[in-house]
Amino acid sequence: MDMQTIVFYSLAFAAVFSAILLVSLRNIARSLFLFFVVLFAVAGLYLFALADFVAITQVMVYVGGILILMLFAFMLSNREMFRQLQRGTAHFIAIPVWQALPIAILFLTVMLYTALHVGRNEPPWITASREAGTVIRAADNTVEQLGVHTMTHYLLPFEVVSVLLMMALIGAAHLARKEGDA
Amino acid sequence: MITITHFLVVGAWLFSIGLYAVLARRNAILVLVGIELMINAAILNLVAFGRYDSSLYGGQAFALFAIVLAAAAVAVALAIILNVYKHHKTVNPEDISDLKD
Repeated sequence: MDMQTIVFYSLAFAAVFSAILLVSLRNIARSLFLFFVVLFAVAGLYLFALADFVAITQVMVYVGGILILMLFAFMLSNREMFRQLQRGTAHFIAIPVWQALPIAILFLTVMLYTALHVGRNEPPWITASREAGTVIRAADNTVEQLGVHTMTHYLLPFEVVSVLLMMALIGAAHLARKEGDA
Repeated sequence: MITITHFLVVGAWLFSIGLYAVLARRNAILVLVGIELMINAAILNLVAFGRYDSSLYGGQAFALFAIVLAAAAVAVALAIILNVYKHHKTVNPEDISDLKD
């Protein structure tokens, strides 16, 4: 095993184990900090697919924005939650858990089967791309290419996303305003 | 050598864990974290397949759009959760059963 494989496997295990721990812990604050670990590990995995700009965006948007928002929301709404947690463990193994677990495992099985299938017989477009030499190489300047394509070929999705961001901004501001002063 | 199967397997795990969080957790914030995990798994697949498309960079471009969508969704959802908490004094989705008080 070379260095690359070892780093990939450690990042993948960090992501998956932190995610499993995240959904099984009962303390919400710890879960949110584990989410931090998952996001960093997944950003590291993006680097292995030669998507450096996406990895940086992930760290900036998710860790810098979304996680802080979630911590704020947690701290603003946790008083009742702590009381619920202390009140009892009656719901510790609730019905939804043993219903949810088989559903999740079934999804996992189907997707693992598909992934291994894709690994065995490669899709024809990937083979064609490898033969044509249009695979992204480590030396390519991804940021420049992404900028050019965003402004030319993907201009319509870019505009749609910007309109959606504005809608989300207005909607969030509307929801967060005080009751009464409409 | 890191093949595409490696990425797909990690993505499958993350997606299933996110699905479990959405289905089983009793806290709206953790349900949201589960949705984010599933979006991250999808982005990982986009990026992994996008590696074989250096003419248009489709995978990476749409990964960026997906990150933007996730951020917008989280902002609105957290505003809704805080409002729901103000009204019902709980963020457990099972206790929130009425649309109008």
